Amino acid sequence: MIELRHIHFSYTDKPILKDVSFVVEDNESLVIMGPSGSGKSTILRLILGLEQPQQGELIIDGDNICTMKEKNKRKLRKKIGMVFQAGALFDSLSVGENVGYYLLEHTNMTLKNVSEKVVQMLGFVGLDAEEIIDTLPDELSGGMRRRVAIGRALLSTNPMIMLYDEPTTGLDPKATENVLNLIMKLHQEKTIASIMVTHEIIDALRVANRFIVIWAGEIAFDGTLEQLRSSDDPRVKEFLRPFLSSFTEVVQKRFVEGIATENNSASL
Amino acid sequence: MAFFAAVNNWLKHFAYELQGEFLLALKTIAAVFRRPFYLPEILEQMHIIGVGSLYLVILTGIFAGQGFALAFSVELADFGAKNYLGRIMAIAIIRELGPVLTGLMVAARVAAGITAEIGSMKSSNQLDAMVAFGIDPIKKLAVPRLIALIIMLPVLTIICDFISLAGSWVIAKYIAHVTTTVYLSAVRDRLIFGNLFIGLLKPVVFSFIIAFISCYKGFTSGGGTKGVGRATTESVVISSITILVVNFFITKIVFSQLKGWL
Ligand SMILES: Nc1ncnc2c1ncn2[C@@H]1O[C@H](COP(=O)(O)OP(=O)(O)O)[C@@H](O)[C@H]1O
Ligand SMILES: [Mg+2]
Repeated sequence: MIELRHIHFSYTDKPILKDVSFVVEDNESLVIMGPSGSGKSTILRLILGLEQPQQGELIIDGDNICTMKEKNKRKLRKKIGMVFQAGALFDSLSVGENVGYYLLEHTNMTLKNVSEKVVQMLGFVGLDAEEIIDTLPDELSGGMRRRVAIGRALLSTNPMIMLYDEPTTGLDPKATENVLNLIMKLHQEKTIASIMVTHEIIDALRVANRFIVIWAGEIAFDGTLEQLRSSDDPRVKEFLRPFLSSFTEVVQKRFVEGIATENNSASL
Repeated sequence: MAFFAAVNNWLKHFAYELQGEFLLALKTIAAVFRRPFYLPEILEQMHIIGVGSLYLVILTGIFAGQGFALAFSVELADFGAKNYLGRIMAIAIIRELGPVLTGLMVAARVAAGITAEIGSMKSSNQLDAMVAFGIDPIKKLAVPRLIALIIMLPVLTIICDFISLAGSWVIAKYIAHVTTTVYLSAVRDRLIFGNLFIGLLKPVVFSFIIAFISCYKGFTSGGGTKGVGRATTESVVISSITILVVNFFITKIVFSQLKGWL
């Protein structure tokens, strides 16, 4: 469980987050939406302990990461799988070395064992291991890079929560589809909680059952899809307006799907 | 008053940078002695720094040695003291020219490379990714570069010294008409502990300067590609100037302390 309590944060003088509080339960799938520069990535960086809030507490599984020593933070980060914006693959390492990074750095596993796991993981994220394992990240398409990054995060640790920073931004529709399917597969098959940060609303609506809208560093909305659609908050309305037509379509589609699959899964 | 405000701002900025560099230096030195040790990274950096700068250092060495020898030999000839050319060249090269030229060349090439690499890793979140995977970027990036520089810069300096002395030998023999025996014995005359000590102390100190400034500039670069470009330029300029200033003080201090041995 991750809990943000009254977090205030700024990089310089300008406040970036103002009194942000929310809780993410285990197994929950949450989307944080908001325009560019609203502080979405900053929230993920805080959860990873890469930045320190000026005020407030950030509790991960009962431990306050803000007051932790670096050594303990390192331990805690093993519970978190982070997929950075645009992947953040190590560009001097091959795809295989990227995916096996954690095992190569932190375990005494033989190269053979690591590469077996890497091949398996690349298969899991839907990539042809044989073809790309020895190439450099630069040679991959944007969508493949995101999937490699997801594989790297999964193989690193046994995350109880995955953080995705703009996983579909800049991807074509097919690649977006693949990445979103992978995210949903992870959530459902491996029952890993997830927080996805995005300004692509349509993608957001596909994967989550809970939504947070962040506007100028404040939480403008926190609730379900249905509540989101009927929200009266002017900030939420303003944010949703450009997407309204496709929004209605997606909501209807999900309702229809929901009715169709109601018997199997009540949660989605 | 705008002038004073500007000076004040500049001083504040300078103090801030100095503090940052100092902190990074402390962290890096502390990290040198902590596990894990990244030997492959150290060897890779030694290769990049050593082999990569070799031609540059050789070229600089030849032409600087020849240029100085030419100037000195004309001047010495006026006093009928051409036979001292070897002594002067040995002192000039081993104490000053070799270390400074090598330091500046490596600062230009290696400091730029280090800052650009770390800066672009920062702007693409690779540094954060490292931290997220439990790796300390200072240990993984700064320490191997520092160690590689400490080893390779003295080696490059010795190579530069040799090449410069050889270059000035060519001038001594064919232009100043000093015989090889006379030139070499004059050089050997000055190959004494004090000179060699200064000549090797300097590159060790310069390697700290280059490593700390270039890593600091990389780690603190911001503002995307443009920011990395700016950080790279600053890294080269600041490390070059620092090398020149520190060089003067080393000569001055060591000179007064080692008087008997020079
Ligand atoms: N390292 C930093 N130093 C100073 N300001 C920053 C830094 N990183 C981000 N910011 C600023 O913080 C704000 C929020 O950034 P971010 O969390 O990346 O937004 P988002 O991910 O929602 O686009 C932006 O205005 C950005 O300019
Ligand atoms: Mg962002």
